Amino acid sequence: MFNHLLSLLIWLPIAGGIPVLLAGASRPNLARWLSLLVAVLTFVVSLFLLVQYHPDAGGMQLNESYLWIASWGVHYSLAVDGISVALILMSTFVGILVIVGAWQVIQDKPHQYMAAMLILEGLLIGVFCATDALLFYALFEAILIPMFILIGIWGGPRRVYATLKFFIYTFFGSVFMLIALLYLYQQAHTFDMATLAALPLTMQEQTWIFFAFLIAFAIKVPMVPVHTWLPDAHVEAPTGGSVVLAAVMLKVGTYGILRFILPITPDAGAHYAWLVILLSLIAIVYIGYVALVQEDMKKLVAYSSVAHMGFVTLGIFIAFMLVRQPGYGDMALLGMQGAMVQMISHGFVSGAMFTCIGVMYDRLHTRQIKDYGGVINVMPWFGFFYVLFAMANCGLPGTSGFVGEFMVILASFSASPWIALFAAFTLVIGAGYTLWLVKRVLWGDITNPHVAEMKEINGRETFVLAAFAAAVLALGVWPQPLVHLMGTSVSQLVQQLAIHKI
Amino acid sequence: MPTLNDILILLPEFYLVAAACLLLLLDAFMKPAQRPLLHWLAIAVLLVTIYLVIAGQPEQSVTAFGGMFVRDQVSEILKVFALGTTAMICVYARPYLIDRKLFIGEFYTLLIFAVLGVMLLVSAGNFVTLYLGLELMSLSSYALVALNRDSKLPSEAAIKYFVLGALASGMLLYGMSMVYGASGMGGTPSLDLAQLHHVMAYTTAPNLLLFGLIFMIVGIGFKLGAAPFHMWIPDVYQGAPTPVTTFIASGSKLAAFGMAYRLLSSGMGDLSQHWQLMLAVLAVLSLAIGNLVAIVQTNLKRMLAYSTISHMGYLLLGLAAAGPEGYAAAMFYALSYAVMSVAAFGVILALARAGFECEEIADLKGLNQKSPWMAFLMLLIMLSLAGVPPLFGFWAKALVLEAAIHSHMMWLGIVGIVFAIIGLYYYLYVIKVMYFDKPAEGSVLQSKPDVPLRVVLSLNALSLLVLGLYWGPLFAWCRHAFGL
Repeated sequence: MFNHLLSLLIWLPIAGGIPVLLAGASRPNLARWLSLLVAVLTFVVSLFLLVQYHPDAGGMQLNESYLWIASWGVHYSLAVDGISVALILMSTFVGILVIVGAWQVIQDKPHQYMAAMLILEGLLIGVFCATDALLFYALFEAILIPMFILIGIWGGPRRVYATLKFFIYTFFGSVFMLIALLYLYQQAHTFDMATLAALPLTMQEQTWIFFAFLIAFAIKVPMVPVHTWLPDAHVEAPTGGSVVLAAVMLKVGTYGILRFILPITPDAGAHYAWLVILLSLIAIVYIGYVALVQEDMKKLVAYSSVAHMGFVTLGIFIAFMLVRQPGYGDMALLGMQGAMVQMISHGFVSGAMFTCIGVMYDRLHTRQIKDYGGVINVMPWFGFFYVLFAMANCGLPGTSGFVGEFMVILASFSASPWIALFAAFTLVIGAGYTLWLVKRVLWGDITNPHVAEMKEINGRETFVLAAFAAAVLALGVWPQPLVHLMGTSVSQLVQQLAIHKI
Repeated sequence: MPTLNDILILLPEFYLVAAACLLLLLDAFMKPAQRPLLHWLAIAVLLVTIYLVIAGQPEQSVTAFGGMFVRDQVSEILKVFALGTTAMICVYARPYLIDRKLFIGEFYTLLIFAVLGVMLLVSAGNFVTLYLGLELMSLSSYALVALNRDSKLPSEAAIKYFVLGALASGMLLYGMSMVYGASGMGGTPSLDLAQLHHVMAYTTAPNLLLFGLIFMIVGIGFKLGAAPFHMWIPDVYQGAPTPVTTFIASGSKLAAFGMAYRLLSSGMGDLSQHWQLMLAVLAVLSLAIGNLVAIVQTNLKRMLAYSTISHMGYLLLGLAAAGPEGYAAAMFYALSYAVMSVAAFGVILALARAGFECEEIADLKGLNQKSPWMAFLMLLIMLSLAGVPPLFGFWAKALVLEAAIHSHMMWLGIVGIVFAIIGLYYYLYVIKVMYFDKPAEGSVLQSKPDVPLRVVLSLNALSLLVLGLYWGPLFAWCRHAFGL
């Protein structure tokens, strides 16, 4: 089993989706229990990664490689480093929670919903461990299909618009990546990512390839100005869809930056780091302001996601900027580490925020902030969790949100105090929109009579929120295991940045 | 005098002729109630022909009848797929034909003669064989389109197809005569494609040769349905009975690829620098017109017609690359397109019933609720046509794009990819209608209870996923055919 641990992780949920589908609409409970079983099994299997992966050894481990397409030299090759392991664990963890979260909520064709979730989970895990560029690309695109279905069938009123926009927008970006990969194949005659990383490229080539990759991944992250699909997709998606989208799928974009832009085009990346930093700062500051004026809770959290993902890209490209200056190696490392921690933390925090909104939506069937108010009076336990996640969202020390942001700000200070100043702005704006949201939704008197009828969260919902809360607090209070897990991989990544390819 | 060897080389073709004639006779003396027997016999004949093609597969390229007929790997692959898709069409068509009282022997014999035309065409070693095969295929297709002769729309489509098809054949013939003439100026006149390969080197009338080439490309463009010679495609696709449309979208496209390969690569290979750009222009126009016009279609068959035009644009990307890699990619594309389009029309055939053609996109509303399995199959087919990984259609697109980039036509690759994004929309729209819309009042969307149809169609559509996950051997076969 350990020889094929990664394959098992990918194919278990995908294959598990088939019996769930076969359970059919006539036996919804069987479909639910089966999918829970598959999700839990996948999580358990993913825990073995912690045993099998040796953080201190670094490099890509648990290799599996088979010739897939001989005439193109494409391999079905998988391997993980610390960053992948962390992301995979997060995916499998969130995978259980979305299944549990959708238990009673999805009444229409639950078997198809659950199966789509499981297949999506398998494909996402595949993205995080593919080491062949073409395999990565195929999986990267394939994740659009279940998500398209999830938003389109179980989404809100404007779901068709949102899901088409989501699919076409993302597809638009990734085809440029395909062109870049085909070009690289012409040069290297392989799609092996390690070989591509070692391929010498001129600055002109690097520039073209850099932008082709950047379009693909910037849309996925999403970065300003190509973020506009995200609020629509989030607002219309069912709760589970939003959670997976925010928690795991956005990370595919930043993960792609790490795996493609960093090693393949380091010189172009360093040269255009200012551009990405600028876009990240716009995301942090401007999108923060945009979030402030939202009247739809989901939209607000969606925009805050864009702002928080801005921190991830900021951290990565600060490292780019710093690593080639003598004496700033440690700071570059810090920025990169911060970005990674932020990536994981944002997964949990945003997933939790969307779950909270889903809980309220299930009761009142509205996402408008003005329809709420005084929720804490009828749902005190829910209020407790909501406030906790809101605090994590604005980066309160002691929660996971703080660690990553703090590291990135610290690193950017050594690049330029101005960057740090704008980045630190988020502490103000983030607190602004999040706390104001809490104030308008939770506190105050009950003005809407329907709010008075809202029921306290049940055991199932409590389980989901408590699991998220545990993760958020654990990462906030004791981030060391996570930092250690990713540490060697991150420093190797940073070393790679410093290598000139020209 | 033909030798025994010649006859052995043409054994599959001879067998098919004999079998078709027998079927014709059998049909004449058969009671209508026994017609299902004819149906199964026709399928058996096609399968036996596939066996003969594969069993007699030569190691090297061999010729018969003094170079008139070439039997090589390229023709073998195209024949296997043409025969296979035609056998699938027979399976899909039965319930449709019965519902419309078209379940008659002529359908099968005409279809078999059309396939015979395809087989001759892709094996042509000479202008004469090529033209013979083309006309055999085309004339049978014209008659097939008009199969439902009492109905207005098919008759109109048949006339349109016939007139435009005859015009294109005329163009092709005119071009061939010029090339023949050019080959006689400064050397011995020849109709043999292998000898024409070197005409450019010695002819004293190179302009005449180029002129002939242009006319031939018009003919090829017409048969492929590439813009700006695509006008017949939407009307014929929409007007023809769906099983016939399926053949035009699969077997005849394979034949058109074979024809283009024989004429351009075998025959006019020395002029590749001239026809490369012409094909590139045809490709760009087809991509643009096919994809843009498909967006506004409400009729599913018409939408698929425009999608065909765009797919022929991709196929031309591979041909325009003008090298073994490009041909292999283009052939892979032709094969993938044949499999996909047979499946797409197969779903329409499976859902159609008496008085309900199921040819409007809106007819598919809520298919996922009425018949989730059919919806799932159609989902796979549409995503494959759109070129979304990991389905078959994606790899075909990636291969032709790679071929274009490989032959230093990066711009063509980028045009191709941009139109792939635009094309995505109308395929997704079909999925949207099936999955996200509620079924219409009194909707009777149910797939036919016909077991062979359901089984073969399911295998057909699932093959898009299986071949998407494991396309290596098929591509290796295509590459091998071009000596790679």
